[in-house]
Amino acid sequence: MKRTPLYAAHRRAGARLVEFAGWEMPVQYRGVIAEHLAVRRYAGLFDVSHMGEIEVRGAAAEAFCQRLTVNDVSRIKIGQAQYNLLLNDDGGVVDDVILYRRQPDHFLICVNASNSDKDFQWMRSHVTGGIDVENVSEQYAQLALQGPVAEKILQPLTTHNLGDIKSFHFAEDGVAGKRCLIARTGYTGEAGFELYCDWHDAEKLWDDLLDAGSPSGLVPAGLGARDTLRLEKAYPLYGHELDETTTPLEAGLEWVIKFSKGSFIGREVLLRQKQQGVKRKLVGLELIDPGIARSEYPLLKDGRSIGRVTSGTRSPTLDRSIALGYVAAEEARIDNRLDVEIRNKTIRARIVPLPFIASDGGAVRHKEEKSWKFLKG
Amino acid sequence: MEIPEGLKYSKEHEWVLIEGKIATIGITEYAQEELGDIVFVELPEIGEKIVKDDPFGAVESVKAVSDVYAPVSGTVLEVNDALPDSPETINDDAYGDGWMVRVEMQDVDDLKDLMTAEEYAEYIEQQKEDDEEEDDEEAEDEEE
Repeated sequence: MKRTPLYAAHRRAGARLVEFAGWEMPVQYRGVIAEHLAVRRYAGLFDVSHMGEIEVRGAAAEAFCQRLTVNDVSRIKIGQAQYNLLLNDDGGVVDDVILYRRQPDHFLICVNASNSDKDFQWMRSHVTGGIDVENVSEQYAQLALQGPVAEKILQPLTTHNLGDIKSFHFAEDGVAGKRCLIARTGYTGEAGFELYCDWHDAEKLWDDLLDAGSPSGLVPAGLGARDTLRLEKAYPLYGHELDETTTPLEAGLEWVIKFSKGSFIGREVLLRQKQQGVKRKLVGLELIDPGIARSEYPLLKDGRSIGRVTSGTRSPTLDRSIALGYVAAEEARIDNRLDVEIRNKTIRARIVPLPFIASDGGAVRHKEEKSWKFLKG
Repeated sequence: MEIPEGLKYSKEHEWVLIEGKIATIGITEYAQEELGDIVFVELPEIGEKIVKDDPFGAVESVKAVSDVYAPVSGTVLEVNDALPDSPETINDDAYGDGWMVRVEMQDVDDLKDLMTAEEYAEYIEQQKEDDEEEDDEEAEDEEE
């Protein structure tokens, strides 16, 4: 198993380490719920150094990225980031990625750990002249500082005015003496930053951030909390909501596709699917009966199979059981009642709007008293 | 780690309190720590028969679901009704308020297969050592 530069720091912090995408990663430190709530209230620091990074350079870099992705790369300015998708020829998702434009002809692409080798091969197989594609995953570590007090914690550690970095923008500057790409991006739905730094600088940066942030409530947070946080926000996770047999139209990601930009891999399939309508759609579910809907559990309507769960958990914020899943398009309407088959029992559920919690944290304070028990623990 | 004397323990990390033919069953401190925050508990119905080494319920943490195996065969007399609303009780008090079911044992001979507190302590030490050996082997592999 591969280890990030923070492996020793995780061991010291008492993390429980598990295998994830070939990496030995911290799933939790004190507990998933405590870490989840700390990120919603204060801040959490995640080691996401397992994520892959691929650099595309050269005169034809923009044209190359346009061809391989669905979003309009020409709209990204220097210092700007963009959520994007790589599709295969059938319109299936090869990966969901973030593009960072560092120079007019230089992009850094952050890819999922589980897909980094596959993505790199996929890109290389499409290289034409004037392009250099390099897998730099082992050069970059990545720390995600997420939560409402993230900026307050980070600002004293850098001379860069963080207020100048807007959402989905980044700057390249020093943090605690280490050169970083400071991006206002994340996977938790909270304010915060993702810091890309040199592999060898990561441990010092991690320690300095925790030291600076602890008085404000910053805690190290594991992949367990990262998953429950993203699920409350209905952010897709590759391998669950997205895979090579799923199109972005089915996954509710039509907003990412810019048909008007011209040709790209998968465009014709998507256009046809858009005209004909998708056969299945990703929906949000809330369970009515007690239980937790896990990935791959069948979804039923009046006893007949209409789909399957892709992700599910107990939402620490809402203290309700939530899930994402694909259902037949004709059943994909808000408030539709259906059943989840859990260990040979049928558990009632209903389709609810996404995301499960609003960006203003509207539902966030629900049943907090009970949740607080875990924080005090 | 707390492993009370006077209880019996299974390899699947359940504890059993024996009072005559009545067995009270829960999961151990070690099990709850391994699971993490418990958010859902599935229990059998009163009157249901549970079968030694078969799952009789489930405990779910935020991340995963785990079956709970019957350490003895018997008929369910009582279930802990407080758990569905407060599953975290198992994290807080695995050997007390976190008990799961009370059963009338079918055959007290089932108890022979269970461990004493001392044996169970050795058993989980051994498991931890096995885990660490795996880690060490991996570390050596990496060095090569």
